Amino acid sequence: MEQSGKDKRIGVFVCHCGLNVAQSVDVEKVVQEISSYPGVVHAEHYQYMCSEPGQELIRKAIKDHNLNAVINANCSPSLHEKTFRGLVQAEGLNPYHQEVANIREHCSWPHANDRQTATRKAIAIIKATIDRLKLNMALTPAVINLNKKVLVIGGGVAGMQAALRIANGGYEVVLVESSPSIGGHAAQLSGTFPTLDRPACLVAPMMAEVAAHPRIRLYAYADIEEVSGYVGNFAVKIRAKATCVDETKCTNCGRCFEVCPVAVPSEFDRGLSDRKAIYRPFAQAVPFRPVIDVLSCAHFSDDGCSACEQVCSENAISYDQKDTVIEEELGAIVVATGYDLITRGIAPEYSDDPDIIDGMQLERLLSPTGPTGGVVKRPSDGKVPKEVVFIQCVGSRDQEHGKSYCSRVCCLYVAKQSLLYKRSIPEGQAYVFYMDIRSDVKGTEEFVQNVVEKGRTMYLRGRVSKVFRDGDKLKVWGVDTLTGKSIEIAADMVVLATAMVPRTDAKDLARVLNIIADQNGFFTEAHLKLRPVDTLTSGIYLAGTAQWPKDIPDTIASASGAASRILSLFSREELLHDPAIAYVDEELCVGCGQCVSICAYKAITLDEKQKLASVNEAICEGCGACAATCPSKAMKHKNWTPKQFFNIVDVFTKEYE
Amino acid sequence: MADDNKDFEPILVGFFCNWCTSTAADLAGTTRLQYPPNIRPIRTMCSGSVDPIYILRALLSGADGIIIGGCNPGDCHYVSGNYKARRRIAGLKTILDTLGLENDRVWLKWISAAEGQKFAVTMRDFTEKIKELGPSPFRKNWSV
Ligand SMILES: Cc1cc2nc3c(=O)[nH]c(=O)nc-3n(C[C@H](O)[C@H](O)[C@H](O)COP(=O)(O)OP(=O)(O)OC[C@H]3O[C@@H](n4cnc5c(N)ncnc54)[C@H](O)[C@@H]3O)c2cc1C
Ligand code: SF4
Ligand code: FES
Repeated sequence: MEQSGKDKRIGVFVCHCGLNVAQSVDVEKVVQEISSYPGVVHAEHYQYMCSEPGQELIRKAIKDHNLNAVINANCSPSLHEKTFRGLVQAEGLNPYHQEVANIREHCSWPHANDRQTATRKAIAIIKATIDRLKLNMALTPAVINLNKKVLVIGGGVAGMQAALRIANGGYEVVLVESSPSIGGHAAQLSGTFPTLDRPACLVAPMMAEVAAHPRIRLYAYADIEEVSGYVGNFAVKIRAKATCVDETKCTNCGRCFEVCPVAVPSEFDRGLSDRKAIYRPFAQAVPFRPVIDVLSCAHFSDDGCSACEQVCSENAISYDQKDTVIEEELGAIVVATGYDLITRGIAPEYSDDPDIIDGMQLERLLSPTGPTGGVVKRPSDGKVPKEVVFIQCVGSRDQEHGKSYCSRVCCLYVAKQSLLYKRSIPEGQAYVFYMDIRSDVKGTEEFVQNVVEKGRTMYLRGRVSKVFRDGDKLKVWGVDTLTGKSIEIAADMVVLATAMVPRTDAKDLARVLNIIADQNGFFTEAHLKLRPVDTLTSGIYLAGTAQWPKDIPDTIASASGAASRILSLFSREELLHDPAIAYVDEELCVGCGQCVSICAYKAITLDEKQKLASVNEAICEGCGACAATCPSKAMKHKNWTPKQFFNIVDVFTKEYE
Repeated sequence: MADDNKDFEPILVGFFCNWCTSTAADLAGTTRLQYPPNIRPIRTMCSGSVDPIYILRALLSGADGIIIGGCNPGDCHYVSGNYKARRRIAGLKTILDTLGLENDRVWLKWISAAEGQKFAVTMRDFTEKIKELGPSPFRKNWSV
């Protein structure tokens, strides 16, 4: 496969770039010297090679001199490599028989005051590029099949938004949600800042649209078990957990909930109410169906209860239902698995008291569909709390006990909650301990100001040192750092705005998908600024808070971004993959496997029997790490081979002899 | 030694990754920053694709200094190539040590695509340093 270099008829085209090159590089001299360089059959210079007359000159030279390889000595390859490769291809040459010698950014510009030296350096750069090009192989991009179906993992606002955008774009979507219903955290909220829309107006319509969409296939109460393949060609195994209820028979009458003797804390109400072992997580759940939680169901423990089976007139209960594993093949994946809240254990200063709750619990207490019907009552005794203390940044911006980052939504939801609390309990008083107020989302600065000024919520800048029970009250000790005074509040209830954190199983999912989770466990984007919804694994995209704390507007924006990335991916019929990738010289490979472990993309597999490595062309990104590692030099990086590097190095070091 | 080196123009070879340091060099050029012309730049896809044998080849053929430039830790376009480079260069340096070559002749620097200024300054510092060290001992003893 390696080239001898003897077959190349090289033409070299030196560009003046107006005066940008020609002022400090003597292009005349360059052409003179290059003309006689081995392998070069033609060399010339021109004012603007990238202009139409410049390109025409190259076309003509290719024909007149029967060139089969071209060097363009001009600006950086990042600017015109594409242009010139397209040009030579149109003339019937292989595009990989063209290389750019960067004599502008890397030579004429930084050495503008020394014409002699700059000229010599330009000549060296061109000669080195020629000697590299001599060994270039002709390459053709690999054509990869593109299966235009999408897997969305997670059915919160992010996953629903991505699924709907892609399905409305005309493609099939498989949506996998691990809990019994889609909706995610947003479905639990009481209202949303700054407009105070209820989830019933925001989230419920999305859930209904997902359920009814002809191109979305929803697997709720299901987990991703295995993912293999690569962009355009993923294969996934989905484990649909047994619900122990035959959906085709169940009429959702709800009698089973009444008779079930087992009560466990409701996840949806965040432990503020109980649900049964057979349950629907909430009234608007999608899919609208009961599931049996086999871990708490008494049928599966010693006493072999069958209360629901007995009461079900439709014979829908089926305790021996098994998990089913579904296999799907698809071309792209959206990861929208959302967030969790940090456990309260991180902050030793807050005791474990039922009246110290977190922000999401207060959302449930404020919600008209919550356990208290929207009238805030404290968990310990159901008393209406008259004094409520909010503490912000619990576990956020706290390197010592929690996370160093800011969770971005707490300042805003605390303002919202204190406002809704005052609406629920007009005679109540809310206090907020804060570090500073971050309200950079559209419309929220005005919103927070309004709460501070008109809402009569007392904002105290400072930290709380201790919260402890004192009879009927919770004593809150803190310092107002603006006045320097210590503060003591006898509160009925304390609300902790705890940090948003990745789900504990995010790291496992990262492993299954071969994407990266950062030190916190949030999934990492390919580039923070330029590719914010891509991952480094092509074909896998991020949406919502699985990537980083976000509010709903940002979550929707990132999910729409992920959907648009996929729609543009799917606008092609097939995928072309850069062919300058790794390959194995089977004569030399001893099957040591070092390349397998060094490849960040898992592109290499080892045949243990044959003791041979092989590269998956569709996955290899062409970084060259394996080739640099291979002890027997069997792994090679196409057009970046050791011989080519030696050629370059030799030109550069012998130039002074 | 310093006096002997006054007119000494070192041969310097740079391996710069496509995504960061080569782009930083582009930026240095675009903003017309000036630096000594000794450096001969080689674009590589990633700092992690620089095989130590390229560096050895350059040193044995008479280069006085080698610099490898890659993306900042955590920013490698290929996830972790720069960490691989760091490991390899550290290994190579111990070998060079035993061969009696000054450690400082091989530099590994992280220069991001946005750091044109840092690129120019680094090239200046590197050239200075190698001038100070004088011609590579390999140049005399081993030249091939
Ligand atoms: C107390 C509180 C109040 C808030 N108030 C507001 C507000 O007023 N306004 C606002 O804009 N934002 C608010 N937010 C932020 C808001 O909750 C989020 O922006 C939004 O819910 C993020 O949606 P998501 O889809 O990214 O994540 P989630 O809502 O967490 O959804 C993720 C979904 O993925 C599922 N899932 C997870 N892992 C897997 C897996 N491995 N396989 C399958 N499924 C999986 C989960 O079960 C879940 O359904 C608030 C947040 C908190 C904590
Ligand atoms: S070149 Fe990089 S991506 Fe391709 S197989 Fe080698 S290590 Fe993996
Ligand atoms: S791409 Fe720059 S170091 Fe890997």
